[in-house]
Amino acid sequence: MSENDLYIEGDPIRDEKAPEGPINERWDQRRFSAKLVNPANRRKLSVIIIGTGLAGASAAATMGEAGYNVTTFCYQDSPRRAHSIAAQGGINAAKNYRNDGDSIHRLFYDTVKGGDFRSRESNVYRLAQTSVEIIDQCVAQGVPFAREYGGLLDNRSFGGVQVSRTFYARGQTGQQLLIGAYQALERQIAAGSVQMHTRHEMLELIVSEGKARGVIVRDMLTGEIETHFADAVVLATGGYGNVFYLSTNAMGSNVTATWRAHRKGAHFANPCYTQIHPTCIPVSGDYQSKLTLMSESLRNDGRIWVPKEKGDKRDPRQIPEDERDYYLERKYPAFGNLVPRDIASRAAKNVCDEGRGVGPSGLGVYLDFADAIERMGEEAVEAKYGNLFDMYQRITGENPYEVPMRIYPAVHYTMGGLWVDYDLQSSIPGLFVTGEANFSDHGANRLGASALMQGLADGYFVLPNTINDYLSQGPFEKMDESHPDAQEAKEQVTSRIDKLLSIQGSRTVDSFHKELGSIMWEYCGMERTEEGLRKAIELIRDLRAEFWRDVKVLGTNEELNQALEKAGRVVDFLELGELMCIDALHRRESCGGHFRAESQTEDGEALRHDDEFAYVAAWEFGGDDSKPVLHKENLEYEYVEMKQRSYK
Amino acid sequence: MNITLRVWRQKGRDDEGRMVTYKLTDVSPDMSFLEMLDVLNEKLTLEGEEPVAFDHDCREGICGACGVVIDGEAHGPERTTTCQLHMRSFNDGDTITVEPWRASAFPVVKDLVVDRGAFDRIIQAGGYVSAPTGTAPDAHANPIPKPDADRAFDAATCIGCGACVAACPNASSMLFTAAKVTHLGMLPQGQPERASRVVQMVNQQDAEDFGGCTNIGECAAVCPKGIPLDTISQLNQDLLGSLSKGIG
Repeated sequence: MSENDLYIEGDPIRDEKAPEGPINERWDQRRFSAKLVNPANRRKLSVIIIGTGLAGASAAATMGEAGYNVTTFCYQDSPRRAHSIAAQGGINAAKNYRNDGDSIHRLFYDTVKGGDFRSRESNVYRLAQTSVEIIDQCVAQGVPFAREYGGLLDNRSFGGVQVSRTFYARGQTGQQLLIGAYQALERQIAAGSVQMHTRHEMLELIVSEGKARGVIVRDMLTGEIETHFADAVVLATGGYGNVFYLSTNAMGSNVTATWRAHRKGAHFANPCYTQIHPTCIPVSGDYQSKLTLMSESLRNDGRIWVPKEKGDKRDPRQIPEDERDYYLERKYPAFGNLVPRDIASRAAKNVCDEGRGVGPSGLGVYLDFADAIERMGEEAVEAKYGNLFDMYQRITGENPYEVPMRIYPAVHYTMGGLWVDYDLQSSIPGLFVTGEANFSDHGANRLGASALMQGLADGYFVLPNTINDYLSQGPFEKMDESHPDAQEAKEQVTSRIDKLLSIQGSRTVDSFHKELGSIMWEYCGMERTEEGLRKAIELIRDLRAEFWRDVKVLGTNEELNQALEKAGRVVDFLELGELMCIDALHRRESCGGHFRAESQTEDGEALRHDDEFAYVAAWEFGGDDSKPVLHKENLEYEYVEMKQRSYK
Repeated sequence: MNITLRVWRQKGRDDEGRMVTYKLTDVSPDMSFLEMLDVLNEKLTLEGEEPVAFDHDCREGICGACGVVIDGEAHGPERTTTCQLHMRSFNDGDTITVEPWRASAFPVVKDLVVDRGAFDRIIQAGGYVSAPTGTAPDAHANPIPKPDADRAFDAATCIGCGACVAACPNASSMLFTAAKVTHLGMLPQGQPERASRVVQMVNQQDAEDFGGCTNIGECAAVCPKGIPLDTISQLNQDLLGSLSKGIG
């Protein structure tokens, strides 16, 4: 154990569940060594699943089909609304339908490399293996993937990989996959194997004798605080990008379920790994509530530039060619406008920091289609990007066929999440975590079209084949509401709500959330420094204290109270934000989405330090007034050689 | 912009509701309609009045959570979702009336929030393909002619927002149900359950107290995703076929 002013270093940890041996046999081996539950016993076992996006709905449907008693909760009014629905681009699978040299091994390789060598080889290999089955399953459900005239499935390339392995459904792939999982879930609800509770939010985890045994949820319509028990609990609650207030996440996306579990003993891994997507519509005013992504496919034909002169406020069409700086083409001649997401984002930030940003706020760069329109004709551009151009015009009121688009990076995805082993079990026995909520497969940077793949791999195929190993020890001793562990969890929830309602200060919840977001964006966003992160930690601590002194939440608990819901989520973001900064501060290297200004090459590119930092940082909650405890899980690469990325 | 809002306020499901007038100054034309409501809610909170409850989530037009009647039109003057409507569609000095969806099958929960659980129950009645995980053949085992795939897709884009019901003088859910019947009915995977699906889903929508369809077409006119009206013809055709075979 060693200690500094911010955290304590505890014992290293390791994943005990991934088998040894050849990587392509590990998943088979694990499925064989995992204990099974016979069908007659499954109906005696219960599972709670929180969240009904791709990772939750697919798991709930599959476990319901298998005969377990499943209870699910979502905060939306219907499971069909989970934010998986907003994914545009597609889903990767190593089908090699194009005969272009793709394979499971290549998808595995691309994902490990794309993650900048900060993910586990065993997990990623299994993800690549499972990808193939996902497409089959979704097609069988009636998911209308894009097809060619011969009736077979179409593919496209995506996110800088050299093969075409992305399956897609126009620009609405997430929607169609989610509706497929949703329909499978509704079928199980009708069959009685799944009980669904909409407009219910998980506010606490019940841990008893070291095991996850249930949850405390709030009925968002009546305010009733309910206690639910099960033999295992699954969190499929998505990412925490809304800690930045402005992100491409849905307004309701939050960290509460995973953060509450963290406070009860689940390790939070790599919280500082966030993905910032380069092509989003810029902020237009301080009323802005969210940021909208524009598919990165636009970078295939659009050219990114800013004026060479600072503060050049001319209409972009009046700026002559030789007074424009096509900075990506200049700095990265080999990849040009197609450099990976993290590099494109940081380059945009740099030119704006120099005072060369465009638009009313100065936080934007041009994405110009004038050359493409001249080369291909307006009709061809419309055929390729028409829906995106329409979306841009609807939001900004500007016509991108005439005026260059303005774009700016925005927080999009969080690679960090609760630590899980190969079975997707967290450090609390009986608590499993799937999809974006866990940390497992993307390392320090996620490749395009891989989030949908992971959510469905976890929910349809991985969890239903690993959770049985744990459930085979059950059913566990019956608990009821009078159990002290349940009482304690419920009391934590009610006292928190009472406190939030009793402060009656002078500032709204949103004003705190916005302030937290701007601290995170400024100091823990695209570029991080020791000095900035230390400052951010102080600012967050002060803001948290002010929140508990001065927040104003009107109304009561016993009604639909959206301000109260938000307040509870902001409480948890205020704690998470600090841990993210501590994690970012301790990782004195740059990797993937984490860029430390102190660790860059001469050319200003991310510089990893594999000798020191090739590990997963799993943080244990130390207590409200104590430091977090860092547990390192060492990462070893047997099948992919560790290299520094280069896009020159 | 300065605008006057007339907003439906209703404390709970069983309470009486009423229109309440609020004035907002300095509204930016670039705000979305929901961001304008955010600004109103911040103002109300600081003045000690409870904010207006409304459903919303993705704010990019795909989750289907948002939806209010604006000046008598579901989702307002543009054919889009409420979250994608911007204040530049209105004029300085306008008075804008904001109400929840009105349909007996969608009871008001609070202010602008309604209960659309009936839609989930219509899907439960048969809006799926029975394909348990792990049973699927290879994805290329069943080629699907592109025109069929495209027609299925057009119907599959439904976001379940409920504007069709709100716009229909009969408060019918026919377009919603027809979209799912058409989506699955156009695909080979949907054939085994096609005949029973349509009967079960129509029975469920009747049980939910939605009105009957009289082919007025308001539903398709407001649908933010442009679900074609001819899906209803497809549903009726499938339904007639099933009933004539004695199914249902």
